[in-house]
Parts: sequence; C-alpha cells; structure tokens
Amino acid sequence: MPVISSIKREYLSKLAEHGKRADGRKFDEFRKIEIETGVASRAEGSARVKIGNTQVIAGVKMDVGEPYPDATDCGVLTTAAELIPMASPDFEAGPPREDAIELARVVDRGVRESEVVELEKLCITAGEKVWVIFVDIHILDYDGNLFDAASLAALAALFTTKVPAKRFELGEDYPLPLRDPPVSCTFVKYNGVVVADPSLDEEEIAEARLTVATDKNEDIRAMQKGLSGSLTREEIKKVIKSSVDNGKEIRKILYKSIGK
Amino acid sequence: MKSKSDVKLIDGHGKRIDGRMPHDLRKIKIEAGILHRAEGSCYLEWGGNKVLAAVYGPREAVPKHTQNPLRAIVNARYNMAAFSVEDRKRPGPDRRSREISKVISEALEKVILTDKFPRASIDVNIEVLDAEAGTRCAGLTAAGVALADAGIPMKDIPVACAAGKIEGHVVLDLGKEEDNFGDADLPVAISPRTGEILLMQMDGHLTLKEFDEALDLAIKGCHIVSDIQKKAIMSKYESVLEVE
Amino acid sequence: MPEEKREIVIPSQFLGDVKKNKAGHGTFIENGKIYSARLGILSKREGEEYINVTPLKGRYDPIEGDFVIGIVEEASASSWLVDINAPYPALLHVNEVPWDVEFGETEKYLNHGDSIMAKISQVDVAKKIQITLKDRNLYKIKGGHIIEFEPSIYRRIMGKKYSMIELIQKYTRCRIFVGKNGRVWIDGDAEGIEKVLQAIYKIEREAISFGLTNRIEELLKKDAKDVR
Repeated sequence: MPVISSIKREYLSKLAEHGKRADGRKFDEFRKIEIETGVASRAEGSARVKIGNTQVIAGVKMDVGEPYPDATDCGVLTTAAELIPMASPDFEAGPPREDAIELARVVDRGVRESEVVELEKLCITAGEKVWVIFVDIHILDYDGNLFDAASLAALAALFTTKVPAKRFELGEDYPLPLRDPPVSCTFVKYNGVVVADPSLDEEEIAEARLTVATDKNEDIRAMQKGLSGSLTREEIKKVIKSSVDNGKEIRKILYKSIGK
Repeated sequence: MKSKSDVKLIDGHGKRIDGRMPHDLRKIKIEAGILHRAEGSCYLEWGGNKVLAAVYGPREAVPKHTQNPLRAIVNARYNMAAFSVEDRKRPGPDRRSREISKVISEALEKVILTDKFPRASIDVNIEVLDAEAGTRCAGLTAAGVALADAGIPMKDIPVACAAGKIEGHVVLDLGKEEDNFGDADLPVAISPRTGEILLMQMDGHLTLKEFDEALDLAIKGCHIVSDIQKKAIMSKYESVLEVE
Repeated sequence: MPEEKREIVIPSQFLGDVKKNKAGHGTFIENGKIYSARLGILSKREGEEYINVTPLKGRYDPIEGDFVIGIVEEASASSWLVDINAPYPALLHVNEVPWDVEFGETEKYLNHGDSIMAKISQVDVAKKIQITLKDRNLYKIKGGHIIEFEPSIYRRIMGKKYSMIELIQKYTRCRIFVGKNGRVWIDGDAEGIEKVLQAIYKIEREAISFGLTNRIEELLKKDAKDVR
C-alpha cells in the first residue's frame, strides 16, 4: 500500500497557492473525456468511459421480475459497482468495501432520483411482472474521480440500451424510455483550493469532496459530500456553478457518443 | 454440451455455422499495455470474446500465512462481468470461476521464474467483458501478454487454444453454438517454446484417435496464437524505435 | 563505430549457446541453450562473452549498495518500515541513522509520509531488506518534489557517464537525486521542476530510441534560462 510522501503533498499544496495543479490544468478544468458505447455485445447496453487515465465500463442487463411492493406498476432499477482488483494495487478481491458501496449508491441515486429512466413505462403486468434493469459498473483503471466516470458510463450505457422484448416474447425490441440526463461533477478541496475532476494524487491529499449533479435546466438533482473536511457556503456555490458549466460540456460529449 | 439440436453445425464441405473451415481460428486482436495503474495489461478480442488481463506484482503476498519462503505464488483470478453473458451473471466468484482461476494459476506458475521472488505474490486479474465460448483460453492468452508486459521474468509466454468435436468432425476453436451443441471440447495451454502442456481439460466424448487429432489441432492453434501474442508485445516498442 | 543495433527480445527467445557464450542478466539456461527471461534489450556484442538482457519493464529489484528514495510507512519502537517502491518493504533500524534515538522515540525523527535518501545495506535470501542512512549525503528529505518513474530506465536518465542527468541539471538549475528504485527527488523553482518532469516523462516514453539525448537537449533549450 504505497504511502503518499509528505513532500509530494507539500509540492501540490504549494502549486495550489500559485493557482496551479500538478498536471497543468486550471482549477475548474476536467481531463479529456472519451466515451465508447456498445463495448459489450451481450449486454443490452454498454459503455466504456475514460476520464484522463481513469477507465470504467458499465453494462446494462434486463430481465423480467416482480415489482417493489411500494411501486407495483413500475420497473425496477439496481446499480452495482465493482472495484475490481485490476484497477489499483490497493483493491482486493472479495466482498464490496465501503468505497464500492458508496460509489454504487451515489451512482444509483443519481440515476434513480433524477428519474432518468421512465420506470413507470416499464410495467408489463401491474403487481406481477415488470422490467428489471441491472446496471453493473466495473472500474478498470483507477486514476482519480471514479464518481464522474462511473455515472457517465452508467448513463451512456442506459442511453444505448434496447429493451430485449423479443427474447421474452413481449414484442419487438425498443429503446429504453429515458428523460434528459443529469451530469455529475466531482470536486475536492485541499490547502484551501477547490479543484474539479481530481487526479489520483489530488484525491490522496483531499480534505473534502463534493459531487454535484445538474440537469440541462441548470437545476441541482443530486449532491454528495465526502471526507471529513469542511466546505464554506462560498465554496459550495462555486462548485455548483462549475458543475453547471462543466456539465454542459460533458452533456455534449455524452450526446455525441450516443448519436444524439 | 449433451443436448441434441436440429442446428446443423457443419456441412458436407466442412463449412461451419460461422463460415469457418474445420481448422480456422476465429479473428483475434491483441493489445498490450492498455491500463495505467497495473504493472502489465492486455486487452484481447477472440471471436466474440472480449477479455482484459492485468498484472500486479511481484509484491509481498498477503495474508502472511500464504507466503512461500522460497518462491512467489501466482494468483490468477478469472471473473466474468455480470453483463458478459446473455443471462446476467450475479457478481462474485462462482464455482466455475474458482476452478478456472485455479487451473490458470497452475499453468502460469509453471513458466514464471518464481524463485526470484520469495514470499511474494504475482497477481493476475482476468475479466471477461463479453463471452462467446473459449473464455478460459482467451483469458490465459491475455494473461501471458500481460505478464510479459509487466516485465515478469518467464521461461516462456503461455498461450491457450481449444479444439473440439462437432458432428463427428474434429475442429479448431469452438464457437458458441459448437460449444453448446457439439460433442467434445478440449481447451489446452502450452509453453510454445518446449511444447509442454500447462493446462488441459476435456468435456464430452472422444475416441483415442479423435483425442490425438484434437490435441494436435489445439497445439497447432496455440502456436498461431502465440505469434499474435508476440507481435502485440513487440509492437508497443517497435514504433518507439522508429522515432529519430 | 557501427551504429549500435537495439534488438528487443521477449521471454523464451533463443539468444545463444552455452558453448560460445555466458548467460548474463535477464537470461536463463535450459539444455545448454541461453534464452531471454525478460522483455528487454539484447546486449550481445562481438567478442564479448556475456549475453545480457536489459529489461524494459519490471519492478525494482533491490541490490546491496543501491541508493534509493524511501517513504516511511510506520515507526516501531526501534525501527521504521520504509516503502522503497519494491516488491518488499525495507527496514531501517535505529542503529542505522545518524541520530541518537531513544527506544520508543522513533516518531520524533521519522514519521509516516517522511521521505529519505537511503542506501540498501543488506538483502538476504528471503529478500528481507535493510537500509541505512549512515553514509555521506543520506538524510531526511525536505522540500522539492518526488515522482516515480519506470525503474528500468534509471540508466537512461543518468546517461553515459552521467551525460543525461548533467544535461538536465544544467538547463533547469535544479538539484536532482535519482534513486535506483524508480523515484527521483527534484528541488528548484517551479519552472525548473516542471522542466525536469517533462524531460523524465519524455525519456520514459522514448527510452529505447536513438538520438534521445539530443531531443532532450532541444526540449530543455526551449525557453531555457542562462546556462552556466
């Protein structure tokens, strides 16, 4: 388990005092984002996302199952994230750790609470049979900012998903019914500065982390603060504004990848 | 494997369902060094299979009681992504994955120079992203490239390929329907330099003569794939050599 | 002097016969034949007995006498456990530091996250590694920046007769300590450090190519300061 040297920590902090980041990015700048869809042909929908060197793959599988008792005429959506050992020397095989669980739940909430998937249109027989959507996210290469990479991969996979009606003899395949997606942006704070899309080193020295998901109307759809440091109201306001701005650009990249 | 079907797997001219002839391999594409954190990595496409292999190590083996004071232990972990198959697979290792992990670990151990790293482990992660028959061969082949890419000292680069029998004919590299409805499946891994067999499993029904034929064919297939592996490892560096 | 050919070899590649040559680094012998054990560059010159393979990739293999940069993981009562970017951690005993450390007071001197320049003093058969700070120019590092690089390119960063590292120091006016274990410490002003980093990343990417020293010099010359 490599320790981050305090020298590196101090160097990054010093750079921050001069308005710089180690990789030359501006404070509110994201790394290069690449999205490729249709990477797993047996999945109903899939996507591979790269943010800098961080790489994530998401696959959507669908099945027919029972609805939740409190939503008997809606489809079911579950999200799972796996921090597979391939992605980092620090990940071990075995039951999901807290980070994996937090990651999956944040991504799941982002997708579910934003009502991106029109679950009410995925009912087959009310109270008995509905469409069940499984979103499985695999982290392949961990170089900072898993939240945004995972959310983006989940969205791109969902947006290219075809409901496999034919296989279940329920008619012809059709695209999964979806609304406009919210886009999540993650920021970390260290040495008094707040930066977007943290690199691995920046995450290691981060005191606080904030993920904000915004939609095309610039409304806030989800938020998650992590780590034990604090954020001021001013900092939160700046993060929201940056999320909206970056969100716009990321949404464009997402739409391009799904052919919109 | 045992169910009969009215799917015709091979015609009178030897043409198979996907248009291949009995001794044809599916299309293979290999790329080395595609991950940033892992010491070595490989992305491999084999027919409809898509696998990723990543190597970490050598590093001190944990937990401590697993350490071998004389050599490194090789931990291969084969896993299929939930979305890699038609009917979603529940995440986590099942008995099949555990068995495949074990036979792959044993195959790799034979060619890695493990005595250079006492008390260490060499961890190989194989992730199947898209599955279409022959995933263990694809996985082991990708692992071989990832190990070389990681700079692990080895006596050879291990490679695997399967042969099988469909409707009485011995053929190379079974596809999905052939695996489901054929008569036998024989995945084999070798050390291409010496011809030593590192992994071999057989499912189905073969006469002694058919077995010999299938084994020969699988080994021939291994050598073809070995060339593709080696080209993939070299190509990462050859382009750099040309920079002047 | 004929242009040195750089041949890349891979594990299992046949290199020569024991009758004519001796097996050097990165090789193994089987049935009287010498093969490459690594992905690396072949070194087999006319008239030279030894066949060596210089690895292109691979973790740092600690050797007694190597100078390395370590990062302290934890302090125990009479020693520290230090990460030296190798398959194994290293032990630094209180007897091997230039300070007078009382039992249980180790944390006063070195703590989790501190960086040190050290020397590998012992590697035993089980690869238990010990390091020492008792040598000139070894100490706890302050200031500057530390990055990691592929350990196999250490020689390229130093260059023939230190030509490469001196070139980098000349143009950037930074103090640079290159650890054999794939870690380098750089101290200077922000611009200088940035230039050193760029040079090292370029060397990493193009390690096996020819004419690298010239290209690095060109890179460093771009808006360079006055060269002394």
